[in-house]
Amino acid sequence: MLSRVAESIYWMSRYVERAENVARFIDVNLQLMLDSSSSQLEQQWKPLVSTTGDHEDFEKRYGEATQPNVIRFLTFDAENANSILSCLRAARENARTVREIISSEMWLQLNKFFLMAASAADNGAYLDSQIDLFAEVKNASHLFKGITDATMTHGEAWHFCRLGRMLERADKTSRILDVKYYIILRSTSDVGTAFDDIQWAAVLRSASAFEMYRKRFGRISPKGVVEFLLLDRDFPRAIHFGLLCARDSLHAISGTPLGTFRYAPEKLLGQLCSDLSYAGVDEIISYGLHEYVDELQSKMNQAGSGIHETFFAFKTPGGARKPTQVQTQ
Amino acid sequence: MRFEDYEVGAFFDEIFDEAHKPRALARSLVKNIVGLPAGELRNRQKAAERALLQMGITFNVYGERAGTEKIFPFDLVPRIVAATEWARIEKGLKQRIKALNLFIDDLYHDQRILKDKVLPREIILSSKAFRNQCAGFDPPHGIWCHVTGTDLIRHSDGHIYVLEDNLRCPSGVSYVLENRQIMKSLFPQVFAECRIRPVSGYTSRLRDMLEYLAPETVPVPRVVLLTPGIYNSAYFEHSFLAQQMGIELVEGRDLIVDDSVVVMRTTKGFERVDVIYRRMDDDFLDPKSFRADSMLGVPGLMEVYKAGRVALANAPGSGVADDKVVYAYVPRIVKYYLGEDIILPNVPTYICAEEKDLAYVLEHLPELVVKAANESGGYGMLIGPHSTKDEQDEFAARIKADPRNYIAQPTLSLSRVPTIVDDHFEGRHVDLRPYILYGKEIFVLPGGLTRVALKKGSLVVNSSQGGGSKDTWVLAESELPETESVPGTSASRSVAPLAVS
Repeated sequence: MLSRVAESIYWMSRYVERAENVARFIDVNLQLMLDSSSSQLEQQWKPLVSTTGDHEDFEKRYGEATQPNVIRFLTFDAENANSILSCLRAARENARTVREIISSEMWLQLNKFFLMAASAADNGAYLDSQIDLFAEVKNASHLFKGITDATMTHGEAWHFCRLGRMLERADKTSRILDVKYYIILRSTSDVGTAFDDIQWAAVLRSASAFEMYRKRFGRISPKGVVEFLLLDRDFPRAIHFGLLCARDSLHAISGTPLGTFRYAPEKLLGQLCSDLSYAGVDEIISYGLHEYVDELQSKMNQAGSGIHETFFAFKTPGGARKPTQVQTQ
Repeated sequence: MRFEDYEVGAFFDEIFDEAHKPRALARSLVKNIVGLPAGELRNRQKAAERALLQMGITFNVYGERAGTEKIFPFDLVPRIVAATEWARIEKGLKQRIKALNLFIDDLYHDQRILKDKVLPREIILSSKAFRNQCAGFDPPHGIWCHVTGTDLIRHSDGHIYVLEDNLRCPSGVSYVLENRQIMKSLFPQVFAECRIRPVSGYTSRLRDMLEYLAPETVPVPRVVLLTPGIYNSAYFEHSFLAQQMGIELVEGRDLIVDDSVVVMRTTKGFERVDVIYRRMDDDFLDPKSFRADSMLGVPGLMEVYKAGRVALANAPGSGVADDKVVYAYVPRIVKYYLGEDIILPNVPTYICAEEKDLAYVLEHLPELVVKAANESGGYGMLIGPHSTKDEQDEFAARIKADPRNYIAQPTLSLSRVPTIVDDHFEGRHVDLRPYILYGKEIFVLPGGLTRVALKKGSLVVNSSQGGGSKDTWVLAESELPETESVPGTSASRSVAPLAVS
């Protein structure tokens, strides 16, 4: 398929996933606020901006990290490239350039999704029904993914879709884990209290992981949460799960057998998956969760740029990859 | 909704005759509409518009904020064309396209028609769309204008006239296909009763035609559609056609000239392209041959094209035949190349480059429609009866400064079709754009885009200026009783047309 098309599909899917994750972040914070009258939670809005990595822009334009400011910034601010609205706009623009490749049903759902967010932004309804809106965003994103899986041939384009989605999801789960872990453990006085429990439950909920965690571990503990969100191979929002899917799709696209590599991103993702397969949660925590996640993120970023260079941006015919024979396993 | 208060007025109405009776070809439709529960038609209209918006069947409006999308308003009352009348239109269009193609080929070769002084050399060769780069070139199978959309109108005398030839990148066919989908789901009953000719075969025909252009040495040609990108007003159509044909939709930046062939950049490396259905103007195709500042095209494309290693549809240079001044000479062109009288007449046209016509035009501006030779989309136009004195003065100055660039025509009274306006019907003016494909043979799609001027009294049907569209039903066979005649359906022009005013 055309490189430009592959790139658009990849980003379409990443942006939808990003919009969903931003909605998850905000939603869980709002839920926390409702659960507590404690002033400790006042500080909970600032880290949210850090999670998406846009705190400089935020401080410059908004200053104080109050609830309305943060929600506006992350939900409908057209100048913030990572707001829900901006992500959906970008996803839709990408989809528009590949309408002939994706199924009509996918386009219809994404277009409705964007129109829903745009009309919420226009009429300011979100002020009254914020939680509804974030639930709707999550649902619309799930619907988009379901439609994608059900109506699109699981060929090259679909694999680019999944590759983008899973890299984005792994990245966002790692960020929320990093930020929350840091904040929660900082307030040591709360460790082991009921409040601590609520906080960790909220982290799990933001990844729709609460119920599945319960089934697996029962009691809530920081270590359990880290193990579940980072290392679980079967839970669909866990980082390990996401990277395994991304790796599989990457190999399906390139035709390189699993366990071997021809291109840089194959090597990186392969190494990451092995790391996560053989890592123990105690080692990670004694190494420092923040440091571990930091390195993980940097490798995921490298994988992202590797994908860009391998499939989207090769320039002159002379320096191009020659068409290769597709290998099967 | 009912038709009791509907006014036919002093116009030709496509659905009702002057006695306010439904024409024979529209009886089933009218019966069905009248039989709908109150408010139902309006609900269906709204449902259709919502569907269009959600499906993103939109166009971009130039001059508004980048990315402003609008739906092309769609009206549920179709235009209906009788089988006999269509047969004549089809014959006339085939004749016209055949002659225009011979004309283009002649212009880029011996220019016999100029040497024989049938057409004035300086007027033809000064057309902006005449491309010296194409001189001497032989396109595959000698075909230049592969896809044409010819604008037709019906005057109050009941006759069909050709208003404009669009031989560059005529758009709108996607609406024809989508509108039909919507209409079939809204009026299945009428479709069952009326035997309406299908339009859905268009994309297969288009693909066959494009593959036919590929260099003969290629066993399985790769056809692509070249679009200027998502900000082009017809982007939806580009993507729709590519999808329906199952071909790649490419932008200029996807294509590269390498080793004297055109290749596209894919995730598996570069792949050769054999046929390009290009939906951008000649000007932007190749910065090495045409406008050097074009960011949309493919540098070196023309060289590969002229070497016969890639085919382009429509052929660069074919726009010379849809210059609005050249239009005025089409009847002579048909006579010259085919030795036939023109079947579908032109609208009488004054050529400002000719002194006598110029004087007439300047004197009669308030009654005439003036058009710039190389503009489209309803831009660069003066509609005399609807213009102010200032606008007329401004146009008079423009015409005097560059008479070659202007033509004028009498203001025609376009026929009307009932159109939903709030909770009732009003007559609105329409034109008709059939689509013609020139491949192994000439194919005329039985149907076409009926554009409707939604503003009361307006004659401008362009989507960019308040126009909408309607489905066009070409009936498979005439079911008219002997006693009733429909004007314009007679094959011979000697039969007196039925006046309706």
